[in-house]
Amino acid sequence: MARIRKDEKREAPALSTSSLPDIIFMLLFFFMAVTSMKEVTYKVKVTPPEATELQKLENKSMVRYVYVGKPTAEFKKVFGSETRIQLSDAFADISELEKYVVSERSAMKEGDQNLLTISIKADKDTRMGVITDIKQALRRAYALKISYAAQQRVSY
Amino acid sequence: MARKKRKISEINSSSMADISFLLLIFFLVTTSMNVSTGLSRRLPPPLQPNQKPTDIDIKKRNIFIVKVNSLNQLMVQGQEINVRQLKDKAKEFISNSSNDPNLPEKVTVEIDLIGNIEITKDHVISLQNDVDTQYQAYIEVQNELVAAYNELRNEFSKERFGKLYSDLTEDQQKAVQSVYPQKISEAEPKNYGGIKDGAN
Repeated sequence: MARIRKDEKREAPALSTSSLPDIIFMLLFFFMAVTSMKEVTYKVKVTPPEATELQKLENKSMVRYVYVGKPTAEFKKVFGSETRIQLSDAFADISELEKYVVSERSAMKEGDQNLLTISIKADKDTRMGVITDIKQALRRAYALKISYAAQQRVSY
Repeated sequence: MARKKRKISEINSSSMADISFLLLIFFLVTTSMNVSTGLSRRLPPPLQPNQKPTDIDIKKRNIFIVKVNSLNQLMVQGQEINVRQLKDKAKEFISNSSNDPNLPEKVTVEIDLIGNIEITKDHVISLQNDVDTQYQAYIEVQNELVAAYNELRNEFSKERFGKLYSDLTEDQQKAVQSVYPQKISEAEPKNYGGIKDGAN
């Protein structure tokens, strides 16, 4: 016959934490996969223009950036306050752009070379003369896929 | 002498969670989830050094001239307009739905999946800007022109396939693209310095 046991203490078993590392690792891998480290330290100030018909830049490994803008405060003394171009981590002259694109492209895998995209990150107050020069240089370097970096416009 | 069997003690893994937490927090802090976005364009291939820019004979009705001057003012087909009107103007030009003789010619073309259709195959949008045009103004104009194409493509997809352009299959998208091919041409930069805008 069933007997009601009163004397035995009933305790909830301790919560097993052995799977905690696995869960954390999963989260960790997720963040590792989606992380993109900051590309470079900006030496020029870039406030991208606003637009609505934006497309996402896919294949980040195929994208090289050209930054265009006025030097930030700490570089003003040396480089002045005129619009300058920054390639990877240093200021560059427009004449170096062609060489930069060619060397970046030859560092890529052969099959990927024609997927190279140049993203022009230019400040919205830049004069078009500079942009036109960049575009001409890119054409000479046969880097024909470009993207004008812009941010989503919230309102008119 | 009998050897005592040594037990290998288990590795204590209770600190594993802490270590992985640390790593997790590091990646959480350094992550920047923002995706870079932009307007994608394709540049025309460079001119050969001995090649002169050829004047391709384009009928006047097929060309849509957009000029942006150094004060960011917009002139379209000889009229000064606001950027916000540009999209509708461009749409009217590209589609030419009323078969206006002043708007681009319609040519009957056979396209896979769609069949024979009249499209403005030879239209060209010519974009000219000044050296001193602000980048923001230039992007706005480009944006409006792309928006005009996107809207037309969406309207056509809705009508023909009952879906938005982005929801179509790749083949269908290609077909819609050939109905409304993007033809934005940018003028070869002129030797500036001597001639200011207004001279041409």
